[in-house]
Amino acid sequence: MSRGISHAHSIVEPGPISRNVAGVIVIVYAIVALVPLAWIFLTSIKTPPDSISYPPKVIFDPSLEGYCNLFTTRSRQTAEYLQTLAPPSGVCEKIARDRNMVIVGPSNYAPRFLNSLVIAFGSTALSVLLGTAAAYGFSRFKVPLKDDLLFFILSTRMMPPIAVAIPIFLMYRELGLSDTKLGMILLYTAVNVSLAVWLLKGFIDEIPREYEEAAMIDGYTRLQAFFRVVLPQATTGIVATAIFCLIFAWNEYAFAVLLTSGEAQTAPPFIPTIIGEGGQDWPAVAAGTTLFLVPILVFTVLLRKQLLRGITFGAVRK
Amino acid sequence: MAEIRVENLHKAFGTFTAVRDSTFTVRNGDFFCLLGPSGCGKTTTLRMIAGLELPTSGRILLGKEDVTFKQASARDIAFVFQLFALYPHMNVRANISYPLRSQGMVRSEVQRRVEEAARTLRITHLLDHPVSGLSSGDRQRVALGRAIVREPLAFLMDEPLGALDAEFRELMCGELRALHDRLGATTVYVTHDQLEAMSMADTIAVMNQGVIEQLGSPQEIYDRPASLFVADFIGSPPMNLLRFEGKVGRGDRSVRVGGAEIAVPELHEDAAPGELVLGVRPEHVRLNGDAPYRARVIDSEYLGTTQIVTLASADGAGLKARLPSDFAVQAGDHVGLTFHADKLSLFDGRSGRALQTRLHAEAARG
Repeated sequence: MSRGISHAHSIVEPGPISRNVAGVIVIVYAIVALVPLAWIFLTSIKTPPDSISYPPKVIFDPSLEGYCNLFTTRSRQTAEYLQTLAPPSGVCEKIARDRNMVIVGPSNYAPRFLNSLVIAFGSTALSVLLGTAAAYGFSRFKVPLKDDLLFFILSTRMMPPIAVAIPIFLMYRELGLSDTKLGMILLYTAVNVSLAVWLLKGFIDEIPREYEEAAMIDGYTRLQAFFRVVLPQATTGIVATAIFCLIFAWNEYAFAVLLTSGEAQTAPPFIPTIIGEGGQDWPAVAAGTTLFLVPILVFTVLLRKQLLRGITFGAVRK
Repeated sequence: MAEIRVENLHKAFGTFTAVRDSTFTVRNGDFFCLLGPSGCGKTTTLRMIAGLELPTSGRILLGKEDVTFKQASARDIAFVFQLFALYPHMNVRANISYPLRSQGMVRSEVQRRVEEAARTLRITHLLDHPVSGLSSGDRQRVALGRAIVREPLAFLMDEPLGALDAEFRELMCGELRALHDRLGATTVYVTHDQLEAMSMADTIAVMNQGVIEQLGSPQEIYDRPASLFVADFIGSPPMNLLRFEGKVGRGDRSVRVGGAEIAVPELHEDAAPGELVLGVRPEHVRLNGDAPYRARVIDSEYLGTTQIVTLASADGAGLKARLPSDFAVQAGDHVGLTFHADKLSLFDGRSGRALQTRLHAEAARG
């Protein structure tokens, strides 16, 4: 009897063995998930020859060549001509000289990256704005054909981009929206707004109506009640929705490659086109990819608390 | 404070009629309870008075003003919700001051009124706490604070004690009534709990299926239920209802039930021949060895000062009697029953309506 009691353990707290097993599984999974990211980062600080050497080099001299090549365009010159130039002024200039090249100007990476920022954040803001308004309407008011409308909104997301890309391309050409930032913002908003409406409707449904009713009794209009009482409580849901929208818009490739070519091109279709001498400039591509990962990472880390609360909403509410 | 008048109020949700042709007046300073089972339309009635729901037809007057189709924010009333609906992102002080800030009141006046409301409810020490950590009793007080701080024309309360545990509910009942008296408020209070209604109300409206079955003081409703529904709904255990066939008319002082002659208050109206119902409160049943109305004891439930004895009459009706707990009964005993003649009610079995007797006439004379 006493043995049974002394060996008793809680059924909710995992024991030391299962805790260790869980730890090992998490670590192994983390390694599997992080290897590609680590490989991209390591490639970005290799020289082009190191990046394609076989067997792959794990130990190498790190170089900034990938980042320099990412942000510049260079041209090859004769050794005699290079002799006549003043000594190189910066790190990138020096790396170029060593390869018998000079930097002739900036590359398109910075403007493409900026396009990505403008389009992704612009469409996210617009989706969340429209989504919140629509979700509140669907959640609180008697809307005729509510279920059909909600299904219609969801159905807009069912078609793969590639299937609708050609009609959209033709429409955009007629409307003068091809290869414009506005066009891309509108397109990503159209795709994301369905996700935003559905996610936000769930969050707003969870906020008891009594709060608005109390505010209306307390002398506020419905609009004031919405801004002062509903919005503050929907923040976690709005943040979670914004992150999902941002991730989609930031990573989107298919529409971007078909509908943008210059002015409004985003980073995803641009990065694979970075060509060095004699083929793909892998360190530059890796550098472009590494930098491309940063904004989402920063955004998610900054808002991880709200995101986590947002995802587990409903589950933990009493 | 003001009188509230509801005239022919009707509310339908699609094909479902929630409130049917209600008319009543809440006098200035009255504590008025809407009492009924869930789904009877009491909350819908309250929400229409508040302006949270618009009536299908009818009128609502607040004081002298017709507010039937006015926005909730334009009616000078306070509402206490069942789950309090305290704004979770604001602290206690901000919650209480919220209705004042919508009026653009100057800050020093807001401050003064909030402090005063908090003193009245004894929550001054909580003013700067967030609402999330409060006990349900304190939340209730904050919700009341938010209501009283604006000094409205009327208070509307939707089962405000429903979320509290039993012990605390009793305490709050007393506090609510005291608060009502101190403020001289007009209060409309919705509840399904007859004890709450009985202990607090000046006037009770018993509702069922969208219809007000009876409107009266707690004593009127308990002593002279206007319908079978009210008789069955009020009282714990409820009134015993003995069905019998017969013919009664003006001036009759007794009825024949199960072969026994039972004295009743003198009837003041004729009833159509057919099914009738005799209503007897459990406390008006007496066990009497050789009385002609025979019954068998099924069992007894001990409640401390009293016991509830379940009986089956010879003609098959079930009854409950409230007897002193020291009264000895045994399951299986055959007993005779007598009823307190001055306290009995008679109902028309088909319409469910109470028949007018001497008791009604006496009550009307006062």
